[in-house]
Formats: sequence, C-alpha cells, structure tokens
Amino acid sequence: MAEAHPVGFQWVMEAKRRGATVIHVDPRFTRTSAVADLHVPIRAGSDIAFLGGLVNHVLSNDLDFREYVVAYTNAASVIDSGFQDTEDLDGLFSGFDPEMRLYDPLTWRYEPPENPNEEEQERIGEFARAERDTGEQKRSHQAAQSESHGSGGAPVSWKGRRDETLRHPRCVFQILKRHFARYTPEMVQAVCGIEPDQFREVADSLTRNSGADRTTAFAYAVGWTQHATGAQMIRTASILQLLLGNIGRPGGGIMALRGHASIQGSTDIPTLFNILPGYLPMPHSEQHQSLDEWVRDDEGKAGFWGNVRSYSVSLLKAYWGDAATPENDFCFDYLPRVSGDHSNYTTVKAQIEGRCKGYFLVGENPAVGSSNGKMQRLGMANLDWLVVRDLQMIESATFWKDGPEIETGELVTEDIGTEVFFLPAASHVEKAGSFTQTQRMLQWRDKAVDPPGDCRSELDFYYELGQLIREKLAGSTDEMDRPLLDLAWEYPVDEHGDVDGQAVLREINGTGPDGTALSAYTQLAADGSTSCGCWIYCGVYADEVNQARRRKPHWEQDDVALEWGWVWPANRRILYNRASAAPDGSPWSERKKHVWWDSEQGKWVGADVPDFVPDRPPDHVPEDGAKGPDAIGGTDPFIMQTDGKAWLFAPIGLADGPMPVHYEPPESPVHNSLYAQQNNPAQRRVEHPTNPINPSFGETFPYVFTTYRLTEHHTSGAMSRTLPYLTELQPEPFCEVSPRLARERGLEHLGWATIVTARTAIEARVLVTDRLRSLRLGDRFVEQVGLPYHWGVNGITRGDSPNDLVNVTMDPNVYIQEKVGTCDIQPGRRPRGPALTAYVDDYRRRAGVHIHPDEGGAGR
Amino acid sequence: MGAKSFVSSWSLLRQLRGRDLLGRGSAAMSARSAHLEPRTSTADNVVSSVCPFCAVGCAQKVFVKDGQVTQIEGDPASPISRGRLCPKGSASKQLVTSPSRVTKVRYRRPHGTEWEELDLATAMDMIADRVIETRKQFWEWEADGRRTRRTLGISSLGGATLDNEENYLMKKLYTAMGAIQIENQARI
Repeated sequence: MAEAHPVGFQWVMEAKRRGATVIHVDPRFTRTSAVADLHVPIRAGSDIAFLGGLVNHVLSNDLDFREYVVAYTNAASVIDSGFQDTEDLDGLFSGFDPEMRLYDPLTWRYEPPENPNEEEQERIGEFARAERDTGEQKRSHQAAQSESHGSGGAPVSWKGRRDETLRHPRCVFQILKRHFARYTPEMVQAVCGIEPDQFREVADSLTRNSGADRTTAFAYAVGWTQHATGAQMIRTASILQLLLGNIGRPGGGIMALRGHASIQGSTDIPTLFNILPGYLPMPHSEQHQSLDEWVRDDEGKAGFWGNVRSYSVSLLKAYWGDAATPENDFCFDYLPRVSGDHSNYTTVKAQIEGRCKGYFLVGENPAVGSSNGKMQRLGMANLDWLVVRDLQMIESATFWKDGPEIETGELVTEDIGTEVFFLPAASHVEKAGSFTQTQRMLQWRDKAVDPPGDCRSELDFYYELGQLIREKLAGSTDEMDRPLLDLAWEYPVDEHGDVDGQAVLREINGTGPDGTALSAYTQLAADGSTSCGCWIYCGVYADEVNQARRRKPHWEQDDVALEWGWVWPANRRILYNRASAAPDGSPWSERKKHVWWDSEQGKWVGADVPDFVPDRPPDHVPEDGAKGPDAIGGTDPFIMQTDGKAWLFAPIGLADGPMPVHYEPPESPVHNSLYAQQNNPAQRRVEHPTNPINPSFGETFPYVFTTYRLTEHHTSGAMSRTLPYLTELQPEPFCEVSPRLARERGLEHLGWATIVTARTAIEARVLVTDRLRSLRLGDRFVEQVGLPYHWGVNGITRGDSPNDLVNVTMDPNVYIQEKVGTCDIQPGRRPRGPALTAYVDDYRRRAGVHIHPDEGGAGR
Repeated sequence: MGAKSFVSSWSLLRQLRGRDLLGRGSAAMSARSAHLEPRTSTADNVVSSVCPFCAVGCAQKVFVKDGQVTQIEGDPASPISRGRLCPKGSASKQLVTSPSRVTKVRYRRPHGTEWEELDLATAMDMIADRVIETRKQFWEWEADGRRTRRTLGISSLGGATLDNEENYLMKKLYTAMGAIQIENQARI
C-alpha cells in the first residue's frame, strides 16, 4: 500500500500512531513492510491457504463474534442434503461436470421449506425442471449466473430453515467448520511458506483486535484479484471478517485498493460486457427476451434489489427517452443480448481468428498492460481498423512498426492490414468530469485549460461519433438501426462545441415526472415516469446541485466528512452500517458507535447515513409474502441480499464453489498439499497456440514469478515512462531475486538476466536482494522472481514487457487473468531477432509443451 | 558593503541568530532568492482537480497563467489526502505539459510503413464509416435460435482514467450499436 497507494497509506500510519498493529502479507519486502509491525512473506497465489488457516483458527477455538454471526450471517441456514464438500470429493464440490468443466449449483441451495408458500412452490418446481435440463442448458444457466451479478447477491429462492443453535450438522456453520479443519498452521507452512510461529502471531493479533470494542480492517489490491481463484480469495477474507464481526462497522471491512483514478466508476457505470449501469445484468439470449424475463430473477425478492424493475425501466428511459413506452416494453428489445463469455481475452482470441475486426483502445495499452502481450498484438495485427486514443504514442498504437514480433520476424509491417487511427486525447485538467475513487466517492474536476491541437475528451469524441453515425443512418428503415436513431442523444454544448459533462451527470442521476433532478433511488418508478442513467448514482445531482463538486475543507467537518464529494449510494460512507449496531439497535460498544436506533425519534441515527430503511425498528418482522424493501427484517443489515444476511456459504452465484478452496495456480512448482485436485477445476483457459502453458512441477520452469508495481510508475507506463521526473527516479526495468536463487543460477547483481516461459523470453537487470525471501515449503525451497511490469518499447525509459511472459488463464467468475506463473531465469541478455523464437521453442521442446509449427506463428 | 553589514548578512550568523535554526528557510536565502516569487502566487486562476493516477483520489489544485498550466499541487482541504501527493501525482504537471504528447491526428493506412497526417474531421468521418460498415458486416439477429440483436465485429477496451460521464456515453452508444465486447481495465 505504501508503494502503490502512498497517500492513502498515511491513514495506516495514523492508526499505527494510535496503537494499531500493522501486518503486511506480501511475497516481497516493500516500503509497507519497512514500517509494519510484522512482515509475512508468502508464496504468490497461496492466499486462500493462509486466510483459510485463519478461518480455521477462529472456528476451532470458538473465537468468532457469536451474536453477530448468528444474527447477521447465514451461519444458521441449513443446506440441502444433496450437498457434498471438497472433504467428500477430494477437492471438488457436488455438481461438477468434468466434461463441461462447470458446476451446477443445485445442491448448494438452502434446504427447501417444509411448508412452502405459493411462490416458493413455484421456485421448487423450477429447480425440478432445471434438474432435467441437458448439459447445454445447464451451461447457459450457469454462465448467466456468474456473469450477471454485481452489487447485489445472487437471488436465493427461499430463506430456508435456520438453526440458531448452530448445531445442525448441515447448517452453514458446521459445514464451514469441517471444510476448513484441514487448514492447520502446519498446512499453511507447507503451502505458503509461512512459519507456524509467525502465523500464530498474525492469528492472535487479528482475534485480539476484533469484537464489540475493536475492529480490524483488511486492505488488498491485485495480489488477490489477479488469480484463477481471485474471487474466492476475497471470499475467504469476507468469511473471516464476518466471523469476527468486522463488516459494516467503523475500522472494519475489506478495502479494495483499486489502481486507477476511476476504476470503481468504470465498474459502476461500466464499460464491461456483462453489466449495464448500476450492475444491472446485460440481457442473456437464453433467459431474457422480454422486460419481464429480464427482471424476473430479482423482482419482488427481499431487499432493495427487489425493485429492479424500477431501476431497469428508468435506465431504458434514459437511453431511449420518449421512444421507450409501456407498449414497446420500454425498448427492451433494443438491448443486444450476451450469450456467454465476451470478455476481453476471449475477444482478443476472436480478433486473432478474424471474427472481430474493429477495435477502440481508449486510454488503454494492452500491448504492455495485458497478459500475454503477443496475443494482444497478434489480435491487433488482424483487424480491419483500430482507433487508439491516448496522450502519448503508446506501444498499442505502434506494434505494426516496432513491436517485439517485428523484431523476431513473426510479423512483417507491410503484411499487416490494420488501418490505425491515432486520435490524441485531452488530459484530466483539460476537461470537466467526475472520477469515482476507491471508496465509491465521486469527486468532480473543473476544467483548467483547453486541450491543445486535435486533443479532445472522450466525452466529445463519443458524442460526435454518435452524431455522425446517426446522421449517416438518418432515414434508414432497417430495423437494426432503430436503437441508434431512437437514442436520446441530445446534450447541451458550450461555445467551443464541447459537451457539458454536468448535463450528462444529471442524466445519470435521473429526473422525475416533472423533469427535475431526483434525490434518491427510492423515488424511481417502474411505469416510465422516471428516467435514471445509473440508479446507484441517484442523488449525486440532488436539488439540481452537482454534489460531487462539494469541497468543504476537512477542518470544517467531522471525521466522516459527509460534505466532501459524494459517495454512492445515498452519500453513505460505510456500507451495511446497520451491522454497526447490535440486533436490538444499540451500538455494540461506545468505542465503535456509528449508526444506531433512536427509539424516541423512531429512526436510525448516527454520524453516517444509515444503510437501512430509515424508520424500520430493530424488532420488525416482515409479513409473510412481503416483497422488496418491505421484506427486510429489523435484523437484516445486508439489504442487497435476498435473505438479508451476509453469506459465509454462497448457495448460488459463484462458478467455482460455495466456499473457497486452495488450488495451485495453473503453473506451479509444487503439488497441491490439500487435495488431489491440483487447479481450480472451473478455471477458464484461452486455448490458442499463442497461449501455451508451462507444465507444473517440471525442471524446465522451476521458479515462480509474479509481477507488481513500483511507486514511481503507473501500470503500462503510458502515463509515467513518458515523464522525465519519474523516469529519472526509476530509470530501468529490473527483476528481483533472492541471494540463494542468484547463487543457484549464477546471477550477478546489476548484471543482466533472461527470464523465460513457454510464451516468450525477456531480459532485465538483476537486483539481488533479501527483499525476496527463499521460502521453505516442507522439505524444499521455492524461489520467486519479482517483476515490475511497467515497461515497453516506447517512452523515455524502455525495456521488455514482463506481461509478455504471463499466460492467460482466467477466474471463472470474473474472467480476470492469473498473474502468477513459472519460469526459468538465466544470466545474460536474451537472444535477438529470430534467435529469440528458436530459444523459446527449445524451452518448449524440453518442457514437453507442444505447438504445431503451423500454428505457432502469427496466427493469421 | 561594509564589514558590519557583510557579517550580519552571513547566512550562518543569520541561522544562529534568527528563527530559522534549521537553515532551510529565510537564513538560506540570497538577495536574489529572497525576491523570487513562487509560480503559485502569480497564477491567474486556481482550479480544483483530482489526481489521475491511482484510485486514492487525492485532490489537486491546478495553477493556470496565460492559459497554460504552470503548477499542480495537492489540495490541503481534502479529507482524503490532506494536501499530499505521491511522486506520480507530484509529476502530473509533466503529464499535462509533456513535449512528447501527441497533439495531431496520426493515420496508418493498411500495410503502410509510416504514420501520415490526417485532418481530425476527416478521421472522425472515416471512423464513423468504419463503424457502420463493420457493424453491418458482423450483424447477428439470432444465435442458436435465440434473438441476440448484436454485432460481434466491434470491440472496445477502455482505461480506468475515463470519467463517469465518458463511460456512460460510451456504454450508451455501444449498446445502441449492438456492440457487446465492451471492456475496461476494471477487468484486467
């Protein structure tokens, strides 16, 4: 955190000054480790084993926050009798189809109610029908489930039976206890390389600092997300934090330290294939052919997600305005449907195979920043046209003249038919707009100066592109053009013709029947009388004021600082903060007071905006058959979940199991110590000759490598390798190795090394350092090579790109790539030109990686 | 300069006798530096902004003189950053004023070996034509007997330094086009 989010780290240091214990878990010793109380070196990719060990410590020593766990989680829920754990099936859960490599989550469900009401009866019937489905149908059901859930949990069909004594052998608490029992300190050592004494120190600090009076926070970054088991790593942390009562409370939580100015905003108002603004699912061709079908899974279910029809109809009104009417299903049919995985890496494969011919790159440099750079570049070399919009001449714009494949002869400039448009972009001070930072806070930037020359903002580019396309298609009677021609695309422009960003933010906020800005998403209606571009952002333009532009100095406010920027939803700073009070509505403790029930006023009060129905008393029991927000009970803090509880066990919604399991990364030097199942059985590989995988536990690729950032550079380097100050501070690519590995391979400090995988080989300067520890796993050592990944062939400081080494294997829930792999490292520089291809071919041969010679080349 | 005034202007003596005991302020100043003015005090305009690098969201103050950015500093009023910026944030003036920034449209024709110049309006017109053509070429009403109403010919990958308003217009336009392979750094 001190390396990649230095200014945010000041608050960790503030906490330390007030007595907090700071623990840093990381394969390398960094600036964070230097000031932490404890640095815990860990083998990259083994985090579930480590966190699972902590879960086991809590469960087997009865250290959980029992009152919180019983009231606020699904620990008491009883699971279907057909469920089988990885304990029973040696690393697999019930429902796995080995041919399709997919799970059917049917047996993970809550036990069906004994006396179902009418609606539940209907759902039970659906389950029975689903059981008779063919594999292909199951595939599409499963795909849609993991592809379409964002801010809300997946919907459960019934709340199910609960055993609040937590003794029922099939209740979640008991299942969890059995599941994690094998994650002992000794196992943690064998898998992660963490000494048992150090592990116990972490476990004790954590449990000592959790409970009614104290809370513990976790902060993570792509060390958790970029894995074939990434979603489950974060799930393990969630389970741990819930058992300790650290969610929804001040000083608790799990903080995603996101790496880009508005990467949170890019998810909320997504440019992502599977969701629409506010985490509404993109319609799926199998299930969603009408508005009713689209909202059916969530509509009426308990919680605020139950009002999904209002959010959806309001979005359709924002998109298609007056054209969207009740008679035409509010233009639902104008939405294109997904039918599976259309994520970026899958699309790159389609580009290489000639199935996708146009590509916009907007402030993104996949030739350096994405895994397996060769795949990226070969995809771009096989397009009809490519539009690159950036500040600097990035590698993704120049691959056709100076990419690594030009050097090796795998690509020849004159043979590349891609037409490339480079359009210069406006910088952050040359346009007005909002970023959403990592705590969901929107902050508005004013425009300082005009952009130079042809530079334009994306707002202007897309507005104008839309205008041009609509002009060219005007008069078309082709049904395929209706969505473009009926699009609500009128935006006010200033004297330079620039679009007014505040008008767009106001459309995102939404307007009511009288045309004025709405102030809360609870005002949204399903009858078409309201319009809203992103329901979770509703309120950012309340009272016709750009709330994201508020900048009241912190010294004029309390610590919560509600008048700086605007946080979704509803300017609420801590999500699920009903959990900061006990079931009876009183604070858990004076020290950790945040939001509580004031019985005199008959409402929830506190320093934050309460995340609950404002006047719903703690003892409220919903009527049978209540729907949406009306079905939220007084002790159901997790108001986006259909059962109001946080899930220790996920009965639905995850593609790779209801509970986390440690699997080895797709490439690993060791066998899985926990189960016979080596890898995540549901992981997704991009199968292509350009994406070969190193066989695990071979001698050819004996070391682990992992990539990471440096303080002085930013991702692919487009915004940092071009700046003199930053390149002076961090002038050259390098790799970090331990003294033991340096001796083993004859690597010289400050000399050159070649790092090689089945994808390619790169070179870097060698930094021999104790910052990377040789890890002892049982009776053997595992060595790790650390690779800062910021470099490419352009800019002031240049070098080979470590991401070219990385294979593309994806997490099956979110399609994010695994960043850890195996490699060899040798002293000296890498071969040049065609000799490089021959060098890598030789490694592949020795490792037994087979690629047909006709398939190994440019793939064109 | 007389001997007395020479001695009294000696910086070591000023450091020992004055308030600047660490010698990092007034004691270290020469006659020239004492009269220098920071760029921040001569700006015509100070504009509120946010750092474009990581997601902490540090507030910035952008100093502008004669229509040019002259300095970017942290804004002390922010409850998030309290005026601090990291090396990247502190270098963001260079990001904006970099001499290697490309400010003109560049065009590489199919099979071309060099960049060419192209007028912005012409480029926009050509891109609109390409979108219309590729969209049509790869248009798909149905797949496996189910209505899809989409094109699989057009893809997009955006960085995560895009404004919310920009992402909104992008997704809206692409969705109306029927393009679904719309992705972002958020998945990388």
